[in-house]
Amino acid sequence: MKFLGFVIVCLTGGLLLYGTLDLPDWGDPASPASTHLSDDYIEHILEETRVPNLVTAVLADYRGYDTMFETAVVFCAGLACFLLLRDFRPKKDRYFRHIPTGVMLHVKNPEVRIIPGNEFEHMDREWVPSDRIIKTVCRILIPFIQIYALYVVAHGDFSPGGGFQGGVIFGSSLILMAISYNLKTLMKRVTEKFLSIFAATGVLIYVGLGVLAMIMGGRFLDYGMLAPLVPWDPGHIRALGMLGVEIGVGIAVMAVMVIIYVNIVSEGRHDEGL
Amino acid sequence: MLWPIDLIVLTFVIFCAVAAITVKDLLGTAILFSAYSFLMCLLWAVMGAVDVAFTEASVGAGVSTVFLVAAVFRTSRRTKD
Repeated sequence: MKFLGFVIVCLTGGLLLYGTLDLPDWGDPASPASTHLSDDYIEHILEETRVPNLVTAVLADYRGYDTMFETAVVFCAGLACFLLLRDFRPKKDRYFRHIPTGVMLHVKNPEVRIIPGNEFEHMDREWVPSDRIIKTVCRILIPFIQIYALYVVAHGDFSPGGGFQGGVIFGSSLILMAISYNLKTLMKRVTEKFLSIFAATGVLIYVGLGVLAMIMGGRFLDYGMLAPLVPWDPGHIRALGMLGVEIGVGIAVMAVMVIIYVNIVSEGRHDEGL
Repeated sequence: MLWPIDLIVLTFVIFCAVAAITVKDLLGTAILFSAYSFLMCLLWAVMGAVDVAFTEASVGAGVSTVFLVAAVFRTSRRTKD
């Protein structure tokens, strides 16, 4: 069976490699994509949208409809993770520490409810004290990572980057906090409600900008129609529309990354993790 | 010239890909996937697709590795086959 699988994989791989022989060479000026399509973009993007980064202009404006559904797909991934993994039942085995005395309590009866507060502290089952060096370094590092993520989102028009990358970097800074401290520290600051609302808001910002363009009399996602709404130079309205869309994408991706991580690592209970 | 870098990185990519499916330790597989993604990111950067390289570095080498490690943490560390 294993041998058969190996043969099938080799055959498929060989066929795929054979298929690539027909593709144009890398950077071939005579390939169909470079003969008129790329030239058209390179010549007209700057005057049409005033965005120096052509990739962002194509992604967020010329192919804005595709990117909208990519954001929706990311949102659906987070939603699917939530629906599949989230578990609201209380755990049978729980550990608490009585803070004044330092005594550990192992609660096995699910009906006994201990509310963590000043007197009792919730403990993880596989609790390992966090290393002071790791905690300190992450605490210093996380704000810089978050500022960098905001920079990547805000400068998506001018330099490589954009909503997806910035959102992922911001989400990973929150994940880093969960790893270096513990999951409870993260969930206390960034609650599940907050994350769910943010994930939906990001998609809503994207679609909302498109619908706003329709209300203003244009087509869906036609940012040029938003010009009367902003007091600045109307020539830059497409760049501003792209920035708004990128912010929406960034918010949605950030929230979804944290939702997926939290649900996987805590088996959907949101109490203890890596 | 850039072509030797291309070839060296491509060799490492293939090495990482083969290692990732042969190693029995799933945590090692997750790290090998991370290395694979990072080398792919280098390849994209060499080819001039900086936006794609950025995405590959943040999503492929960063967050997806964390997801894989988290999944390994909650399931088993060794494969059955």
